[in-house]
This record gives sequence, C-alpha cells and structure tokens, in this order.
Amino acid sequence: MTDGVTTKRYREALNDALREEMLRDETVMLMGEDIGVFNGAFKVTNGLLKEFGEKRVRDTPISENTIVGMGVGAAMTGLRPVVELMTINFSLLAMDQIVNHAAAIHYMFGGQVKVPLVVRMPQGAGHQLGPTHSHSWEALYLHAPGLLVATPSTAADAKGLLKSAIRDDNPVIFIEHEYLYGQRGEVPDDPEFTVDFGHAAIRREGTDVTIVGISRMAITAERAAETLSTEHDISAEVIDPRTLRPLDLDTILDSVRKTNRCIIVEEGWPHGGVGANLAALIQEQAFDWLDAPIGRVTGADVPMPYSKPLEQAAFPHEPQVVEAVRHLF
Amino acid sequence: MADQAQPRPLPDPVTSREWLQTMMLIRRFEERAGEMYAKAKVGGFLHLAIGEEAAIVGCARALRDDDYLISTYRSHGHALVRGSNPDAVMAELFGREGGLCRGRGGSMHMFDLANRFMGGYGIVGGNLPIAAGFGLASDYLGTDDATLCTFGDGAINQGTFGETMNLAALWKLPVVFLVTNNQFGMGTALERHSANTDLQERGQSFGVPGMRCDGMDVVDTYEVCREALETARTERQPVLVEAITYRFRGHSMADPEEYRTKDQVEEWRKRDPIITFAERLREADIIGEGDAEQMDADAVKVVDDAVAFADASPFPALESLYDDIYVLGDQLKGWYSVDERGAGVQKGEDIGA
Repeated sequence: MTDGVTTKRYREALNDALREEMLRDETVMLMGEDIGVFNGAFKVTNGLLKEFGEKRVRDTPISENTIVGMGVGAAMTGLRPVVELMTINFSLLAMDQIVNHAAAIHYMFGGQVKVPLVVRMPQGAGHQLGPTHSHSWEALYLHAPGLLVATPSTAADAKGLLKSAIRDDNPVIFIEHEYLYGQRGEVPDDPEFTVDFGHAAIRREGTDVTIVGISRMAITAERAAETLSTEHDISAEVIDPRTLRPLDLDTILDSVRKTNRCIIVEEGWPHGGVGANLAALIQEQAFDWLDAPIGRVTGADVPMPYSKPLEQAAFPHEPQVVEAVRHLF
Repeated sequence: MADQAQPRPLPDPVTSREWLQTMMLIRRFEERAGEMYAKAKVGGFLHLAIGEEAAIVGCARALRDDDYLISTYRSHGHALVRGSNPDAVMAELFGREGGLCRGRGGSMHMFDLANRFMGGYGIVGGNLPIAAGFGLASDYLGTDDATLCTFGDGAINQGTFGETMNLAALWKLPVVFLVTNNQFGMGTALERHSANTDLQERGQSFGVPGMRCDGMDVVDTYEVCREALETARTERQPVLVEAITYRFRGHSMADPEEYRTKDQVEEWRKRDPIITFAERLREADIIGEGDAEQMDADAVKVVDDAVAFADASPFPALESLYDDIYVLGDQLKGWYSVDERGAGVQKGEDIGA
C-alpha cells in the first residue's frame, strides 16, 4: 500500500491500468487497430507492445466486428481480452458482436459461460472530425442489458474503472473521451487502487440544484457550477455517475431530494438519450421533491458538422448549462 | 472428395454402427421436433437439419473431446452429436427449465459447455469471429485444442467471412471452417447468391486453403475434416472445408418451398445419408437383417423419452426472468444494482450480497 498520488494525464492513467492488469494477470491481452507498432491512435497503449510483446499486444486489421467477435470467443474460453476501437463511431461496425453476442451470451446460454471482455472506445466532439468520428453514444450501449457501461471523466476514474472493468466477469463498454486524453489529474499510486462500478462521484456539494454530467460533461458541469456560485449565488451540486450500468441512482435521488431541482448534461443526442432516461427515473422516484421540471442540456440533434463554429454550437458548453440552471429558478 | 464410384473405406464396425445410430437419432429427433412444432409445443423458428446428418456426424466425429464445435441456428444435431442429453435438447425446444439453456435460448441457441459444444448462433455469420476467438485462446494458452466452426452457404457472403478468414490465416489459428453447402441461403439458391459458387475456393485469397467433401457421405466428411483438423492443429493453418449437402426440409418450418422443385428434392433424397450408409454397412456385413430397424427403434425410443421429459419439465419460474443477465460478484451484487426501474425492494438485493 502506498498513499501517494501522482499527477497524470488521462491517457497515461489508462496506460497504467492496462500495464498493471497485464502484469497482474497473464490472461489479459490487447487487440486493436494500430495499438502496437503505432502505439495507439491516441497513444493509450504507448509502449505496451515493447513491454509485453506481440502475443499479448496485437495489431489487428481494420475489421471491427471480427476483432470484437474474436474477443468474445477468447473471453468465453479463458482470456480477458481488452479490445480497442479507434472511435465510438467505428464501434457501430461491431454492434452485432457487442449487442447480439457479447451482451446476450451469458443469458441466452443459461449462464453456462462468461464473457469477461472489455471494449474500449473514445467519443466526443471538438476536433473537427465531422459526422463519422465525433459522436457521443453512451446511450446506445446503456440501452442493452448484459453490458456494463463506464464513462470516466477524470484520470483517476479512468484508471480505477478500467482496472475494475478488466477484473469483472461481464462484458464492459468502456467509453473514453478524446478531449480528456490530454487532461491531467491526481491518480493514486497504489497498484491495487480501483473504482467500483455503480458508485457515483459527488464532484461538488451544493444545496440549490443538482447537475448530473455524463462523460466530459461532468467537467463542463463543474465549471458551470463555479460560475453559478460566483456570479449568480446559486449553489449547485455536481454528480458524475461514472458508470451508467450499473447506475448509482440512489446518490442522484438523494441529491435531488435535497436540492429539489435537477439538470442533466450530456454530449449525445437528446432523443432517447441518457438524460431522457435519467429524467424518467428521477421523476418516477422523486416527483414530490421537485420544484421545477427536470432540465436537459444535450448535444444538438444533428450529425456532427465539421466547420468549427458549427461544431462548437453542436455540443454543450458551460454558458448553456448556466443558462439552463438559471431557467429553473 | 472421394470418387462416388470408389467410396472411402469404412471405419471399424463399432464406429460404423455408432455413426449410423447417431445419424438416425438426429433424423428422428428432427422429425419429432417438427411434429412438436406443429402441435405448438415448440415456438419461434425451427430449422431442421434433415438430410444433413452425415455432414454433422462426420465433422463432429473428427474432433477430439477437448476440441470446440460451434454451429449456427440449425444446431440440434450438433448438440446431440457432441453428447448433449436429448432430453435437455428437446426441453430447450419446449422452452422449459430442464432445457440445455434453461429455456433462454430455444432452437437457435443451443449450448453445452461440458461437451464443448460452443453454441448455436442466430445471426448468420456471427459465429465466425467467435470461432476464431476460441482458436486465439487455444493458441494463447498453449493448448492442443482445435476448433471446428460450421456455417451455411448463405453465411459465406457476410463480411465476417472475409474478415475472419484473413485474421485466422494471419494469426495462424487452429480452426477448421466448415461451410455446409446445402444449396440454399434460406430460399435463395447458391447460384443466385454467389458469383463464385466454388465455395471451398473462397478462402484461398485470404490464405486459407480449401477442401471439399461429400456431405451426404459420413465417411468422406469424416476423413476430410480429420485431415483438415490435423492441418489446423499441427501446422497452425486454418482450413476451409466445403461439405456438399442438401436439406430435405424447408429452411424453417415456415417455408412453403416455392424456390425449388419436388423433383430436385427427390433426386437428392436418393442420396439420403442414412439410407445409403445403412446400405453400405449391410453390404459389408457390419449390420445384419433387422439391425437397422432395431437401431431406428432405439432412436425413436430416445426421442420418445426426450419428449416425455420435455413435457414434464416445468416452464422457468417467472422470478427467474432476470437470472444470468450479469455475472454477479463483488462488484455486481444483484440485478437491483443494474436495474433502474424502481427504488423499491427488488429480488436481486439479497443475491450474493
């Protein structure tokens, strides 16, 4: 046990998680496009091929559905594969293996076999990559029973949740964020540090409104809370669920019962989104505590445009969150 | 593929009889499953493998016990040939708790881990990458196990076919891919769905050599698959085997068969794998007068018992609806933690907590 912390980038924290779990368990292996010789499109797997060799760190052809499917098969027969997909948009090519197979196999075969597979993928707008590389789709994977879904927003959570994901016996969709890869945060040095799924983080305590931020939007929500405090005298409580399946609904409900107002912030599309789901759950459980309708701040209901001003207008920023909160009072 | 005029030598008498017996069991099982479907004992889709028994028994008998067999949605016979209890296979069709998969999978999703029958899969081509994953694990863990993956001619046009051939060859995985060419992808004839109808050739550009067997001949199928498995196991070279066969029944029970003629079906029925093999065994004095009839009666008895078992097996309890969605453990203690529908007391709260 060590009590220290080190400031690391989100991508470095993920890299540490992969390395530590590979050292801990010989059955952990990595597959993905350009994760080896190229060291990863976002450098998350930097140095791992050199350290662990080609048996355990495998560059693959561009065959998303088959890479994930091989991960499913290998997971069923004794390995703990971690598959990297270059963006969440590309994961749609693997939707068959993820939803029809990985998510269903334990159930449809009557519990005879487990699928301890992690599929990592980054999401998010802001790099002008247009409508095939920039979306935020945690809602798609939240939809499917059988999958666990993680959306870490800090370096510590990235590491702790990824280690938990690799150790878990269920298929995990692990959604990283392109913007966050370069962000720094304090990460515990203890190699046994993990973050359990199903435990939300209260990023900031407050009394007037609950802001739930998903993925990067947890960071945006914290900034908005600071502005609300200094400029508008509104005390916002900010919650990052960290995992959407399992969802720590109790922590969110406790907060809403205290503040009586709630805004949900997500980067994905509004229809059928995480916020739509969460708003339904909150009103079912805490209707009598609400003093205002539950608000949502979401990505625009459009394919992501390329042009910088349009792209910036198509996903939430701090002023929109501030405005949405003020609208509740 | 052996010349029709010169069939391959028969295996020893005990083995020959077992192959015939198993093909008969599959035939009788499938026929009865069809009857049970007509009586609404079986729901959903029901895809029968009548006519394909030699392709099933021949490939499976080429496997070692520890090898993996993975199949499609037409997989009752694959479960049976691997040693699954016919009672449990029938009960699965009936959707009962005593089914192979406790009634969760049904006809299209049989699975029997203990016998290394690694599943029937309902998505055409969906099992190919998973089979390669088994091969990857065998390779990674340094075992001597091989995988045999069956799929239909329809699946050969899925993207997963090319992707999987490429990866299996690239990574030298011990997998034999067996395309069961029964002449139709559902109702679309081979020459109407494939520009190149020489299916065993289709792996070659990916580095997967092809072989062909007579899927109506259990001995030929066995010998070709045995050779292919040897290549896969010892040379770490995946192989694509094409078994030429025919299904005598429709694609599923909901198939009026308007895409083929009765004459064509009759022509293939002359090559019935059970009748022709029984004839060979008779000619070789491996079975005598009345033996085949007795073996058939034995098969019918097993199927009778399976139906009785399935009928007596209860439907799964409604409280078990949420069983086995997730593997519970230190992190997930019950389905309450992953089910957000209500904050009231939920069943899963006391599971494994």
